[in-house]
Amino acid sequence: MNIAPFARKRPRGTVHVPTVTLAHGGGGKAMKDLIDDVFVAAFDNPLLAPLDDSARLDLAELAGQGDRLAFTTDAFVVDPLIFPGGDIGKLAVCGTVNDLAVGGAVPRHLACAAIVEEGVSLDLLRRIAGSMAQTAREAGVTIVTGDTKVVNKCACDKMFIVTTGIGTIRADIDLGAHRAQPGDAVIVNGVLGDHGAAILGARGDLALETPIESDCAPLHDLVATLLARAPGTRFLRDPTRGGIATVLNEIAEAAQVEIEIDEAATPLRDEVRGFCEILGLDPLYLANEGKIVAIVPPEQETAALSAMRAHALGRGSSVIGRVIAGEPGRVTMRTVFGGRRIVDMLVGEQLPRIC
Amino acid sequence: MKYVDEYRDRAKADILVRKIETLAAGIDRAGGRPLQIMEVCGGHTHSIFRYGIEGMLPKSIELVHGPGCPVCVLPMGRVDDCVAIAERPEVIFTTFGDAMRVPGSKKSLLQAKADGADVRMVYSPLDALELARRRPQREVVFFGIGFETTMPSTALTVLQAEREGIENFSVFCNHITIVPTIKAILDSPDLHLDGFLGPGHVSMVIGTAPYEFIARFYNKPMVVSGFEPLDVLQSIWMLLRQIADGRCEIENQYARVVDDAGNTAALRAVGRVYELREFFEWRGLGSIDHSGVRLRPAYARFDAESRFAVPNVKIADPKACQCGEVLKGVLKPWQCKLFGAACTPQTPLGALMVSSEGACAAYYQYGGVKRQRDQAAAEVGAA
Repeated sequence: MNIAPFARKRPRGTVHVPTVTLAHGGGGKAMKDLIDDVFVAAFDNPLLAPLDDSARLDLAELAGQGDRLAFTTDAFVVDPLIFPGGDIGKLAVCGTVNDLAVGGAVPRHLACAAIVEEGVSLDLLRRIAGSMAQTAREAGVTIVTGDTKVVNKCACDKMFIVTTGIGTIRADIDLGAHRAQPGDAVIVNGVLGDHGAAILGARGDLALETPIESDCAPLHDLVATLLARAPGTRFLRDPTRGGIATVLNEIAEAAQVEIEIDEAATPLRDEVRGFCEILGLDPLYLANEGKIVAIVPPEQETAALSAMRAHALGRGSSVIGRVIAGEPGRVTMRTVFGGRRIVDMLVGEQLPRIC
Repeated sequence: MKYVDEYRDRAKADILVRKIETLAAGIDRAGGRPLQIMEVCGGHTHSIFRYGIEGMLPKSIELVHGPGCPVCVLPMGRVDDCVAIAERPEVIFTTFGDAMRVPGSKKSLLQAKADGADVRMVYSPLDALELARRRPQREVVFFGIGFETTMPSTALTVLQAEREGIENFSVFCNHITIVPTIKAILDSPDLHLDGFLGPGHVSMVIGTAPYEFIARFYNKPMVVSGFEPLDVLQSIWMLLRQIADGRCEIENQYARVVDDAGNTAALRAVGRVYELREFFEWRGLGSIDHSGVRLRPAYARFDAESRFAVPNVKIADPKACQCGEVLKGVLKPWQCKLFGAACTPQTPLGALMVSSEGACAAYYQYGGVKRQRDQAAAEVGAA
């Protein structure tokens, strides 16, 4: 069914003041102007165009792409809004696209809610919306509905974004943490901890200047490539907050297996290692926004690695550890020094608002 | 990475472990009792667990994790004082991150922050001073905590504030000193330590001479040690050599950083700003004479204790807590009744569970491998 003809023809509004005021959240003309000027102009697509309260999607079309729908939501409160390697807009699209992708889904559509503090500049909003639009294009998704709220000064910190996404899962794809089995390889697609270190550096309150950029990227294509070449892949996860250590613990717990990683094989940028040494952080707990952890059966390990390495976002792919029989639910690490230690879940939160 | 990887070299570690095994096998141990070596400093405890060093050592060597984590030994009453200061509306309370979660009798600084207190994490007292410059209408208080390692940076910040005539900056001083504490441990009747790994960063400031009494009057050897895993292994090997030779000396393994005479500029600043308290309360260890410092009367205007009325109430440690026994090495962390049950890193009762340098938190986080190995060995032995 073609939904586009529902779209009304009407002139697009523009905002002529430099900053957002409470009037832009009032539901009247000022709000329509803001939505037109910032979001509609950037996201422009036929499903969004009617600007109704909900986007209406063609069920038959979605059903033709798989047998399950993946449905996810994520809130983004990163501080600062703009950081080396990205901004909150790019992050808000990548975060939800990646949550869909690691579930084995092809991401299709996003919804976006923005909560904006009065006083934020229109230029900043336009830049962030532009960045969302560009990332959505790269990820092959459309932003089809949304909501904008303006709140009093100090009721939020400049801007929060919530994105919700749906994707379709092909009938032959079945991923689950419980499927991990002894002997499986634990693969990551490159250096770890860049996002966490970049955000911490960008806050500027550590007086540390680092060239580290966030790894923020949409991973749908890398996942598709991996699943095509290694269809036996058991499980995928993006190690965001809590880092690789947290994800591995979740897998070990769900599958009731032990995972052993090798510190010497854990890829880290020298800058991130140095950063962690100085600040006393453990890079295993640093957030990533462009990384996946893949649990792959040994017979497809080589195929998985070569497929990932052939992809622009997977050149640094490597096996960092293995699922072993051991103690169920436990993650251990062979240290570079020859010792062995437990890698537990992170307690509390050392670095708030990294995504 | 330069100046890091060299000190984590596995091949060198293997050589040292073999040397340690040979030495340990030749040392006559009364009744087959393991050799007990205490690492005084929390930084060593962290390295030992982080790199799995305990599991690399022969069973005849037992590492005892001493009281050298300043966050861990902070009594509840002092945390309550922090919270009372932090909750004053005019105050911005600045602290190192790991002190945020230490439980007070009612709440931690983290809970006080959630309740509306302006508590901020800083990496240096100079960050707190900068905040005071930028916010002249607020009272910025820095939570001074730590042994001689961090004492000079707090002292130099106070001197800087004095030079600039900054009036809205003060320090809540909880700095403690290592020597009386080691002495208190040595005087403890239930202790059988065979030697000490000395805290390298404290010695970077005070040098090695203040420890001479350990060798001279208590006949215990000490090696001042660095913090990289090879430093720790080499120091253990040096200690064993002393024990094997029947020597009791204060040796310096960390010579690349530690000057035997210490850092005279830092010591000058410390001497100028602080004076010894008659006694200071330690969590788990009780009151130890001359183990804490406060700001001298000349710097009273930078002293948060004289600027703000603090409750200053002594709160007893929770009854079931066995932090004291763990600190002295009489109990292993997991032998405490509360370990892993009522007391976990998420809900710490004792302070040893709070900081990543605390023996209990380190065991909880990193220690399972060796513990399970020991338990398995014990079960095999029993069978």
